[in-house]
This record gives sequence, C-alpha cells and structure tokens, in this order.
Amino acid sequence: MSKSCEINVTVNGTTHRAAVEPRLLLTDFLRHTLGMTGTHVGCEHGVCGACTVLIDGDSARACLMLAVQADGRNIETVESLGRIGQMNALQESFHEHHALQCGFCTPGMLMTTTDLLRKYPLATDDDIRKGLSGNLCRCTGYEHIVKAIRAVVGKGHERP
Amino acid sequence: MKPPAFDYIAADSIAMAVAALAAAGDDAKIIAGGQSLVPMLNFRMLRPSILVDINRIAGLDVIEETSGAIRIGALTRHYQLETSPLISRHLPVLSCAMTHVAHLAIRNRGTIGGSLAHADPAAELPMMALLLDAELRVASGSGERTVTARDFFLGALTVDLASSEIITGIVLPKLPPRTGWGFEEVARRHGDFALTAVAATLTVSGGAIEQARIALTGVGATPLRAAEAESLLVGHALERDLVSRAIDAVRATIEPETDLHASSDYRRHLAGVLTGRALAAAWRRANESAA
Repeated sequence: MSKSCEINVTVNGTTHRAAVEPRLLLTDFLRHTLGMTGTHVGCEHGVCGACTVLIDGDSARACLMLAVQADGRNIETVESLGRIGQMNALQESFHEHHALQCGFCTPGMLMTTTDLLRKYPLATDDDIRKGLSGNLCRCTGYEHIVKAIRAVVGKGHERP
Repeated sequence: MKPPAFDYIAADSIAMAVAALAAAGDDAKIIAGGQSLVPMLNFRMLRPSILVDINRIAGLDVIEETSGAIRIGALTRHYQLETSPLISRHLPVLSCAMTHVAHLAIRNRGTIGGSLAHADPAAELPMMALLLDAELRVASGSGERTVTARDFFLGALTVDLASSEIITGIVLPKLPPRTGWGFEEVARRHGDFALTAVAATLTVSGGAIEQARIALTGVGATPLRAAEAESLLVGHALERDLVSRAIDAVRATIEPETDLHASSDYRRHLAGVLTGRALAAAWRRANESAA
C-alpha cells in the first residue's frame, strides 16, 4: 500500500482536509469520502462525461483526476447549482424541456453546460452540440437537452 | 476499474521531476493532464510504481513569441492553445486543429507535452507538430536536447523519449508570409479521434506554389508527411489536375489499418478527399493573403 497524502480541497465553497491514497480518483473522493453523490460515475475512462465537475472554473472529468491532484484546488459539483425547490435557471430549463429521463447523465450535462455558457455566453446551436459532444445520454436523443440549453443562452446564466 | 497502487510525488521544478524519474528507474510515469494516462491506469494497462506530477511546475504552460517562432511550454492545455491570440495570429492552422481535439472538459486538462509523448496514431497534435516542422525540447538529469518532430514519432504510442526524460516544450516556426492553410477531419462524432485528418500549408509566390506541406493522421502507426505529393505541387498553380495527382500520390503512399471504426480502403479514400479539400482551402487563403 502506498503512502497516503494530506490534501486540502475546497468543494462548493467548503474546504475539506483529508488523507488520501494517491490512487484514489476524484470521483470516489467526492462520492465516498465526502458523501456527495451528485457526481455520477459512468465509464471511468473519460468517455461518458457523467462525472464532469469544474476545477478552478474549468470543466474536467473527475474520473481522470486523482484526488491528490485536487490539493489546493476549487471544485464545483452539481450540488453547487441549486437545492431542492430552488433550482438554478439551467436546472429549471432542463425540467421545463424534458431534458432528462433517467437522470444519470444529467449532473455531467449540467456541469459541462455551466462551463460552456460561462466561456461562450452566446453559444449557438452548433456550439451547444459540439460542447455536449463529450457527454453521453442514452435516453433523450439530445434534442430536449439542446432545447433546454438554448432557452437559457444569453440570459446571463450564473449559479445562484 | 480503479488504478493500481502507486506512490506520488508533486514536482515543483523540472530538476525535481527529472531527479524523481532517475531515482525510479524505468518504473515511473509523468502525470500532466492525465487524459490519456489515467484511463490506462484505470484499465490497469500501466502499473507504475510512482507517478511524478508536473502540474505544479511554474512557467511550464507559457506560450511565447520569438522573432521567427512560437515556443509552447509542455504543460500548456489544449484549450489554452485553441484560444491563444498568438497562435491564431501566427499558426491559425493549429488553432483550427485544436478545436477537433476531444471535448471541452478534456481540452481543459490535457496538455500538449502529454499528447506528444503519448503519440496516439489518430491524434491531432502529433500530426500538427510534424506539419509545422516542430522541434521538441527534452530534459533529463544529464541536460537538455532537441529532437525534431520528424525524428520523434517512432510507432504507435512509441516516441524517442527515454524513461528518464521529460518534454519541456516545443518550438514551432511561424507560418511564412503568403501562406494559406487547410485542416480537414472526419471522425465518427465531433471530438472523437480522427478516422483520418489532413492538414496542409501552401506558400505562394508569383501565382505558383513555393512550399507545400501536407500531414496526415489516422492512416498509419505514426503521423505522416506526404513528401511525394508535396514535391509535385512545388512550382505550379493549384489546378484540378494537379490536385488529382497529389491525391493519387497521397493514396499511394499510405497503408491504413482496418479497425472497428473504418476499413483500410475507406481511410485511404478519406485521405484523398480530405487532401483535396485541405489543399483547396490552403490555396484560397494563400492567394487572399498574397493579394
């Protein structure tokens, strides 16, 4: 067993201190160590996008990052977007446009879109489709997801 | 799956990183963006005893201009390259190519040094290094050396880099004046690895091609330059018959593999079609900039 490392990671504004094994993936740190199960684990090799979180503001696959690499970083997960009964504009739009069925891919879709709309607030349909190309959904066929995002484009989408 | 156990060291300088590599013998791996390495760890295709993390080395992610070239630090993220004003001014073909590299979340983390060292046979960056006559800067405990992109790529996932060495950056000569470019890729889905991609630059003088560069990826174990097609273009205006002969030359020199995604014949077909499109775009842009 390899030597564990001490890390300080800020997740959704709260700083957590923990000792982690180097091989611990950021996904498992979020879900198992912190109990924040909003970040989903699909493929575990960077293909499906379900585990997408923001690291210092940029979207990234949490399954392709070691928890130890998150030391000193600022992580945002889907739990930062809103609360039950108080969703943010993007979540509301997903709800309104039937942009989810089983919901497994939704956390990744929301976090990818959050990064996309911060970087490209006037994203076109083409930008949206290219932006979501790394996130797999097996239920919706994507049309409703694109519609949901289109509906918030240009409305100054920000987290609450 | 989960990665096997390993030790971890976060280097804060090149000297610390190469010392850690030397101490570990052949058993260490460098982790930068991790976008190729971590899947291989998760699949347990790799079992390094120690990972040397270079993400905290300051100054390794700088894009800077010299009089004739652009120097790009190894830790530069794909997204940084894609959106760099320096790159779009001096190497616009590279800005365009970067938009085809995987997805935003991957481009935010993946690094140029990592992509070059990994050398996936269908990746865009190795092909662009070859197209643009890049020089790679490599450091180890015994000093630094320079290797050209032409000499660097040896086979699929195989490069001229010892286990004690680290890529510190690449140097790309700026495109000459009166140069146009084209980049064409076909992938099954935007952001996937290329089935085939072709990039070209044409420098024109007095209505004729003075220098031609054509690079391909996805059609062999390494990225390729289409030397025969390049030389038959020089000295002529780009006319339909010449394009056909360049396409034939490209198709004759490649031996693409068949895999789950595309047959060898389809890749050869694509290589020709995309060469024609890339040359046409390069010719149009070259004449616009010469006008």
